[in-house]
This record gives sequence, structure tokens and C-alpha cells, in this order.
Amino acid sequence: MNRPELQALAEGELAKQKEFRCRVLCCASTACLSSGGQEVRKALQDELKAAGLLKEVQLVATGCKGLCSRGPVVEVESAGGERVLYANVTPEAAQQIARGHLAGGQPLADYQMDANSPFFTKQLRVVLSNTGLIDPERIEDYIAHGGYAALAHALRELTPEEVCSLIRKSGLRGRGGAGYATGLKWDLVRKAPGDKKYVIANGDEGDPGAYMDRTLMESDPHRVLEGMAIAAYAVGAEQGYLYVRGEYPLAVKRLEKAIKAAERQGLLGSKIFDSGFNFRVDIRIGAGAFVCGEETALMNSIMGRCGEPRPRPPYPAQSGLWHSPTLINNVETFGNIAPIVANGPEWYAALGTEKSKGTKIFALTGNVNNTGLIEVPMGMTLREIVFDIGGGIPNGREFKAAQTGGPSGGCIPAEHLDTPVDYESLTALGSMMGSGGLIVMDDETSMVQIAQFYMEFCMDESCGKCVPCRVGTAQMHHLLGRVLAGEATAQDLQDLEALCKMVKALSLCGLGQSAPNPILSTLKYFRPEYEARLRAPAAAGAGQEAA
Amino acid sequence: MTTQNGKIRLATAWLGGCSGCHMSFLDLNEKLIDLAGRAELVYSPIADAKVFPANVDVTLVEGAVANVDHEELAHQIRANSRIVVSFGDCAVTGNVTSLRNRLGVDDLLTAVYREGPGQAPRGGEADRVMPRLLPRVLPLHQVVRVDAFLPGCPPDPERIWAAVSALLDGRPVELEPKLRTFGA
Amino acid sequence: MDTVITLTLNGEMVSARADQTLLDIIREQKISLPTLCHMDGLSERGGCRLCAVEVQGAPRPMAACVTPVSEGMVVRTHTPELEAYRRMVLELLLAERNHICAICVTNGHCELQWAAAQAGVTSVRYAYLHPDLPMDASHGRFVLDHNRCILCTRCVRVCDEVEGAHTWDLAGRGIQARVITDLSRPWGASPSCTSCGKCVQVCPTGALFAKGATVAEMTKEHDFVSWIIRGRTKREWVW
Repeated sequence: MNRPELQALAEGELAKQKEFRCRVLCCASTACLSSGGQEVRKALQDELKAAGLLKEVQLVATGCKGLCSRGPVVEVESAGGERVLYANVTPEAAQQIARGHLAGGQPLADYQMDANSPFFTKQLRVVLSNTGLIDPERIEDYIAHGGYAALAHALRELTPEEVCSLIRKSGLRGRGGAGYATGLKWDLVRKAPGDKKYVIANGDEGDPGAYMDRTLMESDPHRVLEGMAIAAYAVGAEQGYLYVRGEYPLAVKRLEKAIKAAERQGLLGSKIFDSGFNFRVDIRIGAGAFVCGEETALMNSIMGRCGEPRPRPPYPAQSGLWHSPTLINNVETFGNIAPIVANGPEWYAALGTEKSKGTKIFALTGNVNNTGLIEVPMGMTLREIVFDIGGGIPNGREFKAAQTGGPSGGCIPAEHLDTPVDYESLTALGSMMGSGGLIVMDDETSMVQIAQFYMEFCMDESCGKCVPCRVGTAQMHHLLGRVLAGEATAQDLQDLEALCKMVKALSLCGLGQSAPNPILSTLKYFRPEYEARLRAPAAAGAGQEAA
Repeated sequence: MTTQNGKIRLATAWLGGCSGCHMSFLDLNEKLIDLAGRAELVYSPIADAKVFPANVDVTLVEGAVANVDHEELAHQIRANSRIVVSFGDCAVTGNVTSLRNRLGVDDLLTAVYREGPGQAPRGGEADRVMPRLLPRVLPLHQVVRVDAFLPGCPPDPERIWAAVSALLDGRPVELEPKLRTFGA
Repeated sequence: MDTVITLTLNGEMVSARADQTLLDIIREQKISLPTLCHMDGLSERGGCRLCAVEVQGAPRPMAACVTPVSEGMVVRTHTPELEAYRRMVLELLLAERNHICAICVTNGHCELQWAAAQAGVTSVRYAYLHPDLPMDASHGRFVLDHNRCILCTRCVRVCDEVEGAHTWDLAGRGIQARVITDLSRPWGASPSCTSCGKCVQVCPTGALFAKGATVAEMTKEHDFVSWIIRGRTKREWVW
């Protein structure tokens, strides 16, 4: 493959798409499939076939459009560029759409979603620019939308050093949670001595309620591969690993297909774009351990060892897979690379806030009307996300808190709804950006129960290597159980807080270091809920019960 | 907080334990005579009092809290003592007494009393004679506040004297490392 | 890496070779610091966290056993905060399994028991978890008692790194983690175990002991690991 060939392929595909009077984009992501998307697509297919419309109307299985709570979602895109979005589509509705809209040319009033609602207009889709528009299983569709042009540009016109500096200038920070400067990390790996280097995409997304990476991998797998390839060129790696959790079979299937297609087209493998650059990507599937999202545990897992973290230093950039310098970034981070290379770092740096550039994908879930997957510029306030995009709290309840950062994060109460969502602001509130889970809670939620839910998660997921996390999470869980049962004393609450502090300070890896956050942040903002459940010391009756 | 004769009011109590700590206490030997000069024993398994008295200065509590009687006595002790000392490993950690905690109370009673060999009371009779067992045996400080800990199974006389003489002098109990190990 | 660096340890300037760990220097300076997973001669695990020390500028305490020294480091080993943390870690360990010292084969010779006494742990504030754990007495000479295991993995490491058999490993995770022999078959049925007994000798508690030992009878010989390694690498056998 060379650049003229890439361009020809893109033009050919676009021309082919233009032959159709309209395209019907059916979401085939996990959420819409689980609400019957497959049947809807089949109904459309049957109906179009019966009406002899298959030559005029192109049916496309796309990735996620984000409005997961209203699935299955179907979008009709006419050649003129008009778009009509249907939600909650049933097979019967699909028949009506086919007959009325596709055959009759008259959009249906029923099932239509207002495409100008804030849910759509307030979003800014950079990483997700293709998702919902292209068929993730066809590389041609990706290429038609500008895919692999950024890789071609990097390989032909930029030195590895220039690529690193470009990413550095963009201000991109890691989307896995910690927010380390991506360009700096690339530069460290590039400069690290070693003949062999590796690139890893971390797709072991495990926070409860989070599915940003899954969606990207399912909906636009080539975007991830292109980002990895650019990274590999920049740091001097020839081998990459995509570490995907085993619970994401559809993502694995589409990534496998994407890798094969890219190899066939010469976009992965040897001498990519006729340069001297070779890059292979292999998929590694996780076996269900949350801790394998931690980079050192993930690398152990790739190497076939026990998925336990190890102390840093050495950092992966110095000594990672098989002691070689290794670049490890989150899947979403890689999703940002091609747009940055294609549009330039200045364009990217103009998005977001001073210290948090670009956009962030959130999985908006919980007690909110529009649950789904959204991408917004960094710095948007929590209020805009929850009330404009999310459409507010259902059933007439009040907003109580938003949980960000999963088991490592914290709960943000209503008085901080106007906080801009960026790395520093969330950390200052005792929560964190995390990978992008955002769970909205209404005023019926017990914050002590929420804390216990996360602690149970951390206790189950602790690898057990270090004592503070292994036993500390079990004891914190037990103490929260005492609070919930009305058995805890003020002393227990003191012990709980002291334990949180110790586990945070002394645990070996990020899992333990952040495990107390859900307790600490709920204590910070909702302490009376804990205190209301304490028993008076005078009433000290039956003693302490072990778990 | 001493009696008219200038002696402190000392008590010892025996909850769920083997009385080994009390045996070791008696092994203080001639120091018991010193002790008798400075403390009045107002309640103890080796004294006559049947009801835990008021205004006790120091109470040494042997044994873990295993049943409702222990629990009740522990609260009486706490309410009437200025300083409560967990005396020996059963009081401090639950120790051997707590070995039953991995079993359910019902399974335990069935195995030992309802189906077990020998002359022990059986069935409903056992349930009436025995104080109700708590679901779990607990160290004393998980039931009432405890002011000082004297580990050991049993604490040897040297440890006991180090602790008791500190309490007699009104000093906090601060045992050196070799005198504060659990077990040995 | 023979470069010599200097660092400040508890207010004193000390020198170190650049390839040493903080724990090496702390031991050289005869500063007493508790450790349970560390064992001279074995690779470091960094799991017990007892040797965590304060390093100026670091966001949190660092485990001395796995922290390389560096020029200009300012280290404190016994702040009140660190000592409080150590007591909490020891209390967590004592509450995790059924460490009934009074009836343990290593009573009086146990590293956990002694570390707790040294750190001033005279009671445990946490609930005793009392897990229902088995023993494995299937081996002809040795016994494994999960009730007393603290998962330091010295047995795993000595078997892998010194004996070369890798009979021991870990199964499960978190609070459910257990040491296992081979793929969790009874120790006595392990084809890989050479019955060398190194695991028993390095075990800090009564989790591994010689069959027949009763309360307080089991003493352990730790120095042999360094002795073997010295012999292997330097051909010197000085006991």
C-alpha cells in the first residue's frame, strides 16, 4: 500500500456509497445488540429485499451512537446529507421505517429522536468521530473516512522525534486515569536504550459502569490500530499488544478482523507505506482480573505470568515487557492520536482547558435520563453533562452525587455541580477523572452502601500481593458492614478512617492506593449519613461480629 | 481512689479462659505478700464476693467473651472499674477460646453436647444449664473499652508483676518487647 | 554500577553503592526495621510493606526493600506515622488468619510474633476474620498450615530461585489467596517437591513446619540461603 493507493481506495469506497440513495446505519454495538438490534437489522433487510430496494438503500451495521438507553438506534442518512434518527426501534418499527421512510421517502414521526437535542449538540466527537457512521468490520469504510492517512503522513513526512514532539505539543494526557503527559511518555520510551521495544494498548477496562474502551474497540477498531502504529513508529517498536478483557468478545472479534484486514492491505506488518517501518499487533485476552488493568500486572499477564503488579521503578518505559522499554497507553489515548496527527497539535490544544486538552469520553450511567456514551470537551461542567446531555434525573428525584473514576474515584456532591470536569478539578474534589465512568445518583441513594459496594469490588479484585490492600480492603468492607448494620461505634469510624489513610499510603499499586477513595470522598461530603448509623457507646450491646 | 487503709481496690475476673492466667498470678509467690500490703482484693474467683463491687481501681480480666454471662460481667466490670486490664491472650486476642469461631454455634453444641459422648448435659437440658453462647468469641476490647493489655498464654509472673507494679504505682502499663509477645 | 552515592538517612549522611536498595543501607547502618517478606538471598517481593520508609519528595512511603538508592535522597525510617502504619499492617496480618500463638509450633520463634511485640502491638483493633482453613499433612516430613500463612511467598521464591523445583506457587487472589504445591495437589503427592525442606526453613511463621514438632518446638535456620548462594556464586562455604 502506498498513499495514492490509499487515496484511490478511499475514493472508490466513497463513490460506491454515493451510488445509494440513502444509507441506513444500524447500531451493532453490544448495547443495541442486547436490546434487539440484530432482529431490527434483519427486519430492515427482509423488508428492503422484498421491496427490491437493496440496490438503492445501503444497510450498514455500525458502531455505537452513544444513546444506549434508547437502543436499538437506527439512522437514515440520505445522499443529500439529511439525517433522521430513530430510537427504541422494534422489528415492527423497522418495517414501518422501511415502508414509510425508505420506500415512501416520508420520515416517520414515530420513534424519531430530535437530532438537535443537547444530548447531541453539546457533544464534541473527536475520538468517536467515526463511531456510528462507519462499518467497523470494513477497513474500506474507515479509509473512506480518512483512515490511515495520519499514519501515512507520520511515516512519510515526520521523524519519530517529530511525532513525539507533536503529541507533546497537543497536550494530550493519558486517558486511563492518571493523566500522565502522553508525548512525554512516548519520548521516554523513544530515548530509552534497547534494540527491542513494545507498544501496548490497555483495553482491560474494568470499572463498574464503564464501557468507553469497549465501545471504541467495537465501533472503530482501526482507529485504535492506527494510533498504535503511529506510536510504534514514534518510539521504535515493531511489536504491539492489544490487551482486551475477556468479557469483551465482540471487541475481540472486530479487532481480530481489523488486524487481518490491515495486514492484508499492508497497513500493518512489514514495510508499511513502503517505508522501513514494520509493526505487528497481537491481541491478548484478559482472564477477568481487574488488577490486570494496572500496567505492571498487565505486562506480567501478557508475559504469561501471574497478573500481579510489581513495584515501580523501574517504569515500563525503562523496563517493561521482557525487560525491554515498553509504551503502554489506554485504548482511548490511542484513539486520539490519528486526529492529532491529521489536524495538527494546535487544533487539538485549542480544545479543552489549560491543563486538560482535548475531549473525554464518559460512560454516563445511573439515575440519569439519557444513559449512554458521550464525548465532551474537557472542562465542561458536571451540571452540563448531567442535566443538558444527560437530561437530568428521572422520576422527579433530586441529584445527589456523581461518582467518577470507578472504584478508585469518589463521589461529587450537588454543591460541586459547576466544577469543570478536568484532571485537576476532580482530583481536588477527592475524586478523579479515571477512565471515564460517570455514575449519577439520586437522593434515594445511600452513600454508605455505595462505599460498601465499591469496597466489596476492591476486596474481590485485590490480587493479595501486599498486606494493606489484601487485608485492609477486607477490614474496611467489614467496618462498613458494621456501620450499615447499626453496630459501629465512633471508635469504629475512627479506625476506618485511619485504615483508609494507611491503605492509601502503603499499598503497592494503584488499586490499593485508591481503594479507600470511595469511603474518603463519601465521608468528606456525606459524613452525617455515616454518623446517623452509629450506635451510642452506652448502648454497647452484643459484641462485634466478624464477616 | 483507694480504700481508707490506703490500699487500691483490685479485682480479677474469669471469663472464657482456662484459669491459667490466675494460676500464673498465684505464681507471683512472695510478691503476693507485697501485693497484699498495697491492694485489697475485692472480687476474684479466688475470693468470696459473688457480685462485682463498685469503685474498683484495677480489674484484671482473664478470658475471652464467649457467652451472654461473660458479656454481662464484662459490662459490669467496665461500669465499676477505673482501669480494666485484658489479662492474658484469651482476653487480649480470643486465643484458644476463639478457635470455635470457624464453626457455627449450633454445630458446635450438637457435636459436643447433643451427640457427644460422656455425661455432659444433653439436648434441652444443656440449653437450660449453659449460658447462651455468642455467635462468635470476642476479645474483651471488642466488647468494652480496655485500658491496658497484658498478653501471654499465660502471661508469666514476670510480666504480671511488671504490669501490676506499674498499676500500683499509678504508671501506665508499658511492657518491653520481650514481655509483650502474644503466646510465649 | 559501582558508582558511590550519598543520601541522608535519619539525619545522617551515609554513602551507598548505586546498585543497593534502601533496605541494604538501613541494615548496614544497623537501624532496626521490621520485614516479613524480605529474606537475604531471595528476590524481593515488596509485599508486606513493613519496611516502608519516608522519602522526601515521594508522594507516599516507599518499601525500602524494593527502592533503589539515589543521590541526595532524604530518608526517614521511624516517624510516628510510619510506626503507626506498621502496627496497623501487623494487626491486619494477625486478624487475617488464625494465628493462635499459644498453640503454635513456632511460638517463641516466630517472626510475625516478634515483629508485633517489637512494634508495640499488644492488641488487635480489627475483627478477627477466623477463616476456615485446612492443613496439608500429606507430606512425609513436613506440614503446611494455612491458618498461619502470611503469604510472604518466601517458600515460593526459595523453591523457585534456590532449589529450582518451583513446587510452590499461589492460587486465588486477595483475601482468598493461598500457597499451593504444584497445581494445587496435596504436598505429599507432588512430583516436583524434592523434600529439601528449604521452604520450611525460610517460612517466618508456623505455616510450614517439620512433622512431629509440637508447641514452640519448631525453630528455623534462615542463614542457609545466603550460605548456599555464596557457595554457588563465589565458591566459598563459610558458615
